[in-house]
Amino acid sequence: MEWLSLDLLPPLLRGFKITLLLTLCSIAVALCCAFLAGLARISKYAWLRGVATAYVEVFRGTSLLVQLFWIYFALPMLLDIQFSALAAAVLALGLNYGAYGSEVVRSSILSVPRGQIEATIALNMTVYHRMRRVILPQAWSMMLPGFGNLQIELLKGTSLVYLITLTDLTYQGMMLRSYDLSRTAAIFAWLLILYFIAAYALTLFIRFAERRAAAGRG
Amino acid sequence: MWDWDYAEFILPKLLEVIPAALAAALAGFMLASLLGLPIALARRSRSKWIALPVAAVTEFIRSTPLLIQLFVLVFVFPTSFGITLSPFVAGVVGLGIHYSTYMSEVYRSGIDSVPKGQWEASIALNFGKVRTWTRIVLPQSVPPTIPVMGNYLITMFKETPTLSAIMVVELLMTAKVVGSASFKYVEAFTLVGAIFFLLSYPSALLVRALERRLQRSERRTLLK
Repeated sequence: MEWLSLDLLPPLLRGFKITLLLTLCSIAVALCCAFLAGLARISKYAWLRGVATAYVEVFRGTSLLVQLFWIYFALPMLLDIQFSALAAAVLALGLNYGAYGSEVVRSSILSVPRGQIEATIALNMTVYHRMRRVILPQAWSMMLPGFGNLQIELLKGTSLVYLITLTDLTYQGMMLRSYDLSRTAAIFAWLLILYFIAAYALTLFIRFAERRAAAGRG
Repeated sequence: MWDWDYAEFILPKLLEVIPAALAAALAGFMLASLLGLPIALARRSRSKWIALPVAAVTEFIRSTPLLIQLFVLVFVFPTSFGITLSPFVAGVVGLGIHYSTYMSEVYRSGIDSVPKGQWEASIALNFGKVRTWTRIVLPQSVPPTIPVMGNYLITMFKETPTLSAIMVVELLMTAKVVGSASFKYVEAFTLVGAIFFLLSYPSALLVRALERRLQRSERRTLLK
């Protein structure tokens, strides 16, 4: 088929690599933010809860693209520092989806049955032990479906970094298009297919993690 | 660092665009709600020939970025299909189609939450298919989904900056144009963020209150 010709692929795959790198880095940052903020929101210290709630509501209440622009254009001016586009993108995506993820973490921990916590107290476990050995393993398997959805949203969100001139998959597609407008349809078809492949891979990965988390548990 | 006079100077220019952003979100939301129901029904269809292709297409739309879909609407449709859409219409159609796939899931969960006994009762009463759906199933499945739909309306409003990529006039692009005139991005982008927050956070609180009320009334009906 001439339409989906393969000579478009090499430049697109270069961008695809950036997209994947960005996705994985952002997922790591988002996961850290999600756990920190999620745990902070159920902390016994009011100030910690307040800080975490403010973070979560601000990042959920404004758009990802606005945050991306703010971190890339406004923050360097405020602090008088330089950010690379990649660092700004990872920061924005990580903080944004971390805020959404913290809700998943919080609700999963809260839905671990009360008796489990009472049992750890009866067994004289320390707070750290209680979290590490009893609560988190049970909460983790409840978090995975929510994390899976957020991963896909994050992957889709990476396409926005093209607007802050990061050379991701979308950017490469737009560059190719500017060389040869007649192949616009083929280029966008490839973009959609590549994004779909990445999303499907993430889905398979989460399913694998879900199976592993469920293993040995009734 | 922060120039209050300048912020005050550009604020009216930003406020001017709010109605356009709200209109895009609302129109997109209505389109998504309208398209979501037939998608949900088609995915439940007993015929594999309807259910599987619809499921495949919705999954594809759901897992690819809105931005690329907007580009397809604006750049591919005019040349390949001879359909030229204005940026605003393309934005609304793109938002609507993208979120209709999410909305179909909302409808599906609503339909699945109708107890099996209701279906059996409508069979026992010799209701036809149309009557079962319009009189029994849909009236019970739509109200519980209202808070979720409210959340999606807010999400779509927050998605409107993406439309700037296809030259729809909205808040973020206006801020960029205003900011680039004087290279003062801090005030412009911070104000945009504040506007989004001030509009979406109270709405989110409203949706949460609605959700709690719905849960309470559900509990009451269960106790009866």
